[in-house]
Amino acid sequence: MDTSTLLAVLAIMIAVAYFFGRGRSISMADTSQGGYRNLNSLPFYYGMLTALWCAVPCVLLMIGWMSFESTIIDSLVVAQLPEAVRNLSSNELGLVMNTVSNIAEGNVIGDEPETYLVAAAESLQGVRHTSQLALTGSVLSLGILLSIFAWSRIRPEQKARLQVEGVFKAILLLCACLAILTTVGILFSVIFESLHFFKAVPITEFLFGTHWSPQTSIRADQVGGSGSFGAVPLFLGTLLISAIALIIAVPCGLMAAIYLSEYASSSVRTYVKPLLEILAGVPTVVYGFFAALTVAPLIRELGETFGLSVSSESALAAGLVMGVMIIPFVSSLADDVITAVPQSLRDGSLGLGSTKSETIKQVVIPAALPGIVGGVLLAASRAIGETMIVVMAAGLAARMTANPLESVTTVTVQIVTLLVGDQEFNSPKTLSAFALGLMLFIVTLVLNYFALFVVKKYREQYD
Amino acid sequence: MTNPQNSKTDVTAMNTPTSKKLTTIELVNKNLAKRYRAEKRFRAYGIASIGFGLLCLCLLFTDIIGKGHSAFMQTYVQLDVHMDADRLDITDISDVNQLAAADYQGVLKQALRTKFSDVKKRGDKRKLYRLVSNGAGYELRKLLEVNPDILGSRSVLWVLVDDDIDTYVKSRGNLSFAPSNDAFTGRLSEAQITWVETLIDQDKIEKRFNTNFFMVGDSREPELAGIRGAIMGSIYTMLVTLALSFPIGVAAAIYLEKYAKKNALTEFIEVNINNLAAVPSIIYGLLGLAIFISFFELPRSIPLLGGLVLTLMTLPTIIISSRAAIKAVPPSIEEAAMGIGASKMQVILHHVLPLAMPGMLTGAIIGMAQALGETAPLLMIGMVAFIVDVPGGITDPSTVLPVQIFLWSDNPERAFVEKTSAAIMVLLGFLIIMNTFAVWLRKRLERRW
Repeated sequence: MDTSTLLAVLAIMIAVAYFFGRGRSISMADTSQGGYRNLNSLPFYYGMLTALWCAVPCVLLMIGWMSFESTIIDSLVVAQLPEAVRNLSSNELGLVMNTVSNIAEGNVIGDEPETYLVAAAESLQGVRHTSQLALTGSVLSLGILLSIFAWSRIRPEQKARLQVEGVFKAILLLCACLAILTTVGILFSVIFESLHFFKAVPITEFLFGTHWSPQTSIRADQVGGSGSFGAVPLFLGTLLISAIALIIAVPCGLMAAIYLSEYASSSVRTYVKPLLEILAGVPTVVYGFFAALTVAPLIRELGETFGLSVSSESALAAGLVMGVMIIPFVSSLADDVITAVPQSLRDGSLGLGSTKSETIKQVVIPAALPGIVGGVLLAASRAIGETMIVVMAAGLAARMTANPLESVTTVTVQIVTLLVGDQEFNSPKTLSAFALGLMLFIVTLVLNYFALFVVKKYREQYD
Repeated sequence: MTNPQNSKTDVTAMNTPTSKKLTTIELVNKNLAKRYRAEKRFRAYGIASIGFGLLCLCLLFTDIIGKGHSAFMQTYVQLDVHMDADRLDITDISDVNQLAAADYQGVLKQALRTKFSDVKKRGDKRKLYRLVSNGAGYELRKLLEVNPDILGSRSVLWVLVDDDIDTYVKSRGNLSFAPSNDAFTGRLSEAQITWVETLIDQDKIEKRFNTNFFMVGDSREPELAGIRGAIMGSIYTMLVTLALSFPIGVAAAIYLEKYAKKNALTEFIEVNINNLAAVPSIIYGLLGLAIFISFFELPRSIPLLGGLVLTLMTLPTIIISSRAAIKAVPPSIEEAAMGIGASKMQVILHHVLPLAMPGMLTGAIIGMAQALGETAPLLMIGMVAFIVDVPGGITDPSTVLPVQIFLWSDNPERAFVEKTSAAIMVLLGFLIIMNTFAVWLRKRLERRW
């Protein structure tokens, strides 16, 4: 029985367990006075309890089985391979196992494979078959046994509701803890690989080196293939593009928010605000396409008319488009804090005779400043982590320059170029992407914390 | 001066170097014009910012639509094809292998040679053959499969043209007039353009709605490339994402709103959720690569894997919006339910959840729209592979719409630019539908208490 059929059968079993549990509780109930008088809980809970006894252990068993199945099967098959093959390095052994599993699935390409491979493939097929059978058998018998056990234990005085609600709460808690698990997973994945990387390349060279060319040589005597991992040019490139984006987005977003919350009539607001938010909903890959095919050539032509030489992958194009993308982000955050400033402050200022813009500049903005600064920091963290626009519109060459008309590369671009396509695992080239990821994670984390800190610490409480 | 009423003016007067003493009102009036100008300027900045944002939006959309609308039409050429059994090398029409191996392109070449019988040189002939698409033969094969009787007969057929010709025909303007000057010739030679113009004059070239684009998967030939594979991949990925992230997100939100006590664990969970919401999406790609591919050894490029990564990415959004929806349910309803003896689980499942559902669904749809447009994490987990087949399930290798856009945008052929823009239009169409639905749902179902 394959996995999906097994799951379907399990679902049917759970439903059957529910109905039997419910039925048994009803048959035990004293219905002489109408309703189920002597039952501790409603029949639903008895049914659920039986179903849970069937479902939870079976699902756990299946998950456990599947996560360990492949490792155990592989080691069983490897044990049968000839001595010479078994002594190969783990990489080569992995290749051999790949071939074996390909043969087992009937995808033989080219020549007739060697006999020991065929034998291994046959045994692999056998073991897989046995494993699947055993899984089916154990899941089904476990489910049936536990259902019968739970069913036979049903008594009117059993506190079924409390038990079911306990399980319900535990499942909810588990779902909530997935957030922790994700963070741990992120940390684990980037830190683990980064540590490998820092064994090959010292962390000081990575953080302070000024030359980035991750191509490592295949042969030792190759020219220019030594691979150097100084990430400073990447950091500077990221900063340059983010700075351009923020120079566009912050004034524009802020002024838009001020106009919409202080000046615009409510009818203008209801139309313009959602329109601006569309900018935030457009996928970044679309912005990337727009930047690479429309904005970059435009800037290049403009530059040429002024006699400037502009790279076709200029930082300006990527930054400009990224800035446009962040405008609604800044404006909606700023809008929230500006509307949160109490009307009495404005009335006070207006009553003293200041104009509306003076009120905004000298009363509203100072009062909303912590929130605005927090919003700008969040926008910066978003600009730094933005990937697709820079992948499509910014360059690949790591260059240290502050000239927005030249092409620079960013941390995210390098992560994507290093990890997309064929990679050799455990080469410093691949691992450096994880080190860059770690940097990115740390920087965005710090920015987010700092933004929250600013908002919390300096926020004025008016109520 | 001893008059107390004038003392204030006095102070101002001492500060101003002018010999004439000004009253307060005069001072105010003097600056008033300047202040009003500043006010107007400030307002204008606001309008300009909004105008800039809206202008960019307009530019973006007109640019994409301007580039992409032509991809929904496809150019066909009418040829007089002789389904010669000998040339096709088919002896038995019922033999599937023969049908598959037949030389359809040869028949088309023959048709072109008869059409332009004055072409004699070898190089010219090769150019002539390049008028029709490499994939035009598949059409003939389909035709033969459906209707075996046409074998050996002559029939007038509309055949797909090559992408260069397609681009030229589309850029030359109205077919009933002479070509416009800005027609894009690209790699076409003079001779090819003359042939095409002859065909146009004879009304043998026609533009039709490009059904192919929606019916087939990716291809290296722009005129044969379609987005069905990517759309199906996106749908499967979204199904996995929705099936996982919505129940888990709602469950987490219920726990945090209704069960969690104020303790360190709760605090820690909340901090984590807020952080995850701000983590760059590419980091989730690294997570998928290191945990799901390296550690759990899931195969690359499958919607299941993409769905898992996107689930982790959208969970914070869904949890946050679900919590807001749960919070909006007034406590009086809960208290009433508690008062007549409902247990906590009953209160939640029977009252809170149904009332919060519209808000939760809105949040989920917005989260899904975000996930649908997401590209970067999927690049990391290998969904960038060139895949021709339309995926049939969540474990078939596939790509998704945004990644397809990314892949096509890398292709140098001009015909791919319009394909890319058209794919973007389809993607934006999906997003607009989803967001409109979310807004509608909120307006329609959300109750205010």
